[in-house]
Amino acid sequence: MTEHLMTEPLTEPLTEPLTEPLVTEPLTTELDEATRLTTQPAPVQQPRRGDLFGPLRFGWRQLTSMRTALQLLFLLALASVPGGFLPQRRINPLRVQKYLDDHTVVGPLLDRLSMFDVFSSTWFSAIYLLLFVSLVGCLIPRTRLHLRALRARPPKVPRSLTKLPVSEVFTTTRSVEEELERAHLALKGWRVERRGNELSAEKGYLRETGNLVFHLSLVLLLVGIAIGAFRGFAGTVLVVEGKGFSNTVALFDDVRPGRRFAPDSLVPFSVQLDNFRATYAADGKALTFDADVRWSKDGGPETPYDIRVNHPLKVDGANTYLIGHGYAPHLVFRDTDGTVIDDQALPCLPQDPQFLSTCVLKEPSTKGKQVGFRGVFTPTTVTDEGGRVGSTGPALINPVLTLVAFEGNLGLDGGTPQSVYTLDTATMKPLFGGQAHALLPGQTWRLPSGASLTYVDTREWATFQVTQDPGKLVALVASIGMVGGLLLSLFIRRRRLWVRVSTDEGGPTTVAVGGLARTDPDRFAAEFTAIATQMKE
Amino acid sequence: MPDQGLGQLSDGLLFAAVIVYALAMLGFAGEQASRNARRVVTSVPAEGRVLLGAGGPPLAVPAETVTTEAPSRAGRFALVLTGCGWAVHVTSLVTRGFAADRVPWGNMYEFSSAVALTAVTVFLVLVVRGRVERALGAFVMLPVVLYLGLAASALYTEAGPLVPALNSYWIKIHVAAAVVASGSFLLSGVVAVLYLLRSRYDEIRAVLDADPRATRPGLLRRGRRRPVRLGFPTTLGAQLPGSTVLDRVSYSVIAFAFPIWTFAVIAGAIWAEAAWGRYWGWDPKETWSFITWVLYAGYLHARATAGWKGRKAAWVAVAAAAALIIDYYVVNIFVVGLHSYA
Repeated sequence: MTEHLMTEPLTEPLTEPLTEPLVTEPLTTELDEATRLTTQPAPVQQPRRGDLFGPLRFGWRQLTSMRTALQLLFLLALASVPGGFLPQRRINPLRVQKYLDDHTVVGPLLDRLSMFDVFSSTWFSAIYLLLFVSLVGCLIPRTRLHLRALRARPPKVPRSLTKLPVSEVFTTTRSVEEELERAHLALKGWRVERRGNELSAEKGYLRETGNLVFHLSLVLLLVGIAIGAFRGFAGTVLVVEGKGFSNTVALFDDVRPGRRFAPDSLVPFSVQLDNFRATYAADGKALTFDADVRWSKDGGPETPYDIRVNHPLKVDGANTYLIGHGYAPHLVFRDTDGTVIDDQALPCLPQDPQFLSTCVLKEPSTKGKQVGFRGVFTPTTVTDEGGRVGSTGPALINPVLTLVAFEGNLGLDGGTPQSVYTLDTATMKPLFGGQAHALLPGQTWRLPSGASLTYVDTREWATFQVTQDPGKLVALVASIGMVGGLLLSLFIRRRRLWVRVSTDEGGPTTVAVGGLARTDPDRFAAEFTAIATQMKE
Repeated sequence: MPDQGLGQLSDGLLFAAVIVYALAMLGFAGEQASRNARRVVTSVPAEGRVLLGAGGPPLAVPAETVTTEAPSRAGRFALVLTGCGWAVHVTSLVTRGFAADRVPWGNMYEFSSAVALTAVTVFLVLVVRGRVERALGAFVMLPVVLYLGLAASALYTEAGPLVPALNSYWIKIHVAAAVVASGSFLLSGVVAVLYLLRSRYDEIRAVLDADPRATRPGLLRRGRRRPVRLGFPTTLGAQLPGSTVLDRVSYSVIAFAFPIWTFAVIAGAIWAEAAWGRYWGWDPKETWSFITWVLYAGYLHARATAGWKGRKAAWVAVAAAAALIIDYYVVNIFVVGLHSYA
């Protein structure tokens, strides 16, 4: 027990024997004992020979010892370091890929050690699970002992009060009863126990309570995180102005379900994006992003809402966040005979902070050869001497869609799924010798076949992320418990104080007061003097 | 819209604060330097303290010596200067807030200034409450001046509006808590380093006092023994308060800051939940905040564990402060993550 993680208080190192009554007889050895308990924990006993469970018990004691817990704690910090420097797959898979491309020797080696998946790696999990097992193994007996201590009476008065760190003896003309009464008054807020003409008082029980609440909250926090990891869900979807989405797994572009996620636990609701607004300062710095949406639950009435950064839409535990935005030129494609076969706002993906964006348009159902376009969209367009386009700002000031057209086979029938953002030109030939064509809003580009593409106007798109985390509330409660417990365990001070009132027949009454501080003994000296003075007056 | 005039006033005030702090540092250093000169050794006559030999004549009792220090004007002046610098520093931060029309901790420059202000505040509180001698001032003001100088030159940013991601009331709560905790932690890191110096000094001093010609095994060849010597920077230990005091100050500052840091991380998680859709995602900043938190938690446990208390625990406090510096400066400048804007 003495080696347990929390036998040691979180705070002051000296004299914290916790449960056993600290000072009985003989005093000095008791005090030595008290100090020894915390500074030099008893060594873990070697298992006895022939004891079948001996090695197990030995291992358990080792694991739940303070020293092991500390080592695991530092190991946990050390194990997190690669996660703080190297790109992580769960956050940024593209940067991981780039790292692997740039470091062909070290990269795969690091990858084999799970250095790009630190926080889901076996070794990281092993460390924190061992740490939590050690913690629980120490919390259970510690909680039991504290519950007993909470009900226990303050320990008996030591034989010699003057040997305590602080003490005072005075004589008075008041009677024994009067003096005890005064002592009671001076010890307001203390737990006081009277035994004959002696008083034992103690306070600061909340310190250990806080300590336990803090550590129990850590376990609860892990439970909350686990609930989220198993039952939670996150999905992202790109929506162009005028379109919408419903909270259904199949409708998301990208989903991250928990390991035990039940698809029917998704909250049924749908969102319609009416308008996306971004405002920028003159230097191109973003000022505000707003997504004006209407949302409804299962065919119920529609409610308008403004989804912003830091202002998600919350529907029954499902939160919808605005996580990205971009431009979508509204394009109309006419076939060789002039019939409109495609009319859509085409999302272009931003490639740099100035929103130079790229997109691909595929027209497989033409009467003649299939047509494909590769486009570069620039919201604030500049053209250099070489004719290359660029963007000097993210705001929609001077939009241009620069396209290269291809004719041939789009390769969509091969059965292999293709991204809508890439164009496979293996079996296609560029038109106009691969010359790029710049289209302004309202302009039409006629192809040699007679087909044409019109850039009508520019719309915007937004990406939303819908998150459901049923463990969130548990984690929040645990966090509150952590802070509360921490404050109690660091700032509540444990004190013990004893009073002995005696009288010789007919003579004056002698009062002896002694005290022992388990934390912050310097400050206790002043507190003690105040109490003693109050009793003397 | 940002008020340029006020912004410039704030910059000027910060510059003034750095100068005043530097002067205060010199004052403290002057007090240190003149310490030996001001030391007065008085001999207390052994009046009435006569030992009686068994049946023999009274034995001579050596007179007791008491060392007192004449008060230093330089030190008191330096403390007053620190207070003045502090007031100017506060004004600089407040005017910055008005200039930008928001909380004055919206970018790295402002954050650094606020962190330094916290460190000075905590130091002043400790001195005024008598928890530590002002002699520590020279050692505390030096890093403060360097830190502020570096922040003002390398991280300078004009007063301006916040990027949308920071536009939340959480910036008042999360960042304010982070500022107070960071300033205190950095101060405790400085004190922990001083503790290491002092305890090393004590150790060597004790060895030399016992045997001025003591030797110790060589670093490379254990056989070749080398003399034990007191060298720089260990010699600075002589100017420092006792190691018990330093240890206690370092501890109490960390005990004060740890719950605030815990709260800052939790508030950050709540904000992250509102802004990014998850409360924890191992973003580099989150990861380093976690490492910092774990190390300080380790310190609080280590300080009360046999085999760890003392120097080892102090090294943990230093490592934790290093993690904090990485968390703020290295992560923001060199590592790509969600916190890259600030």
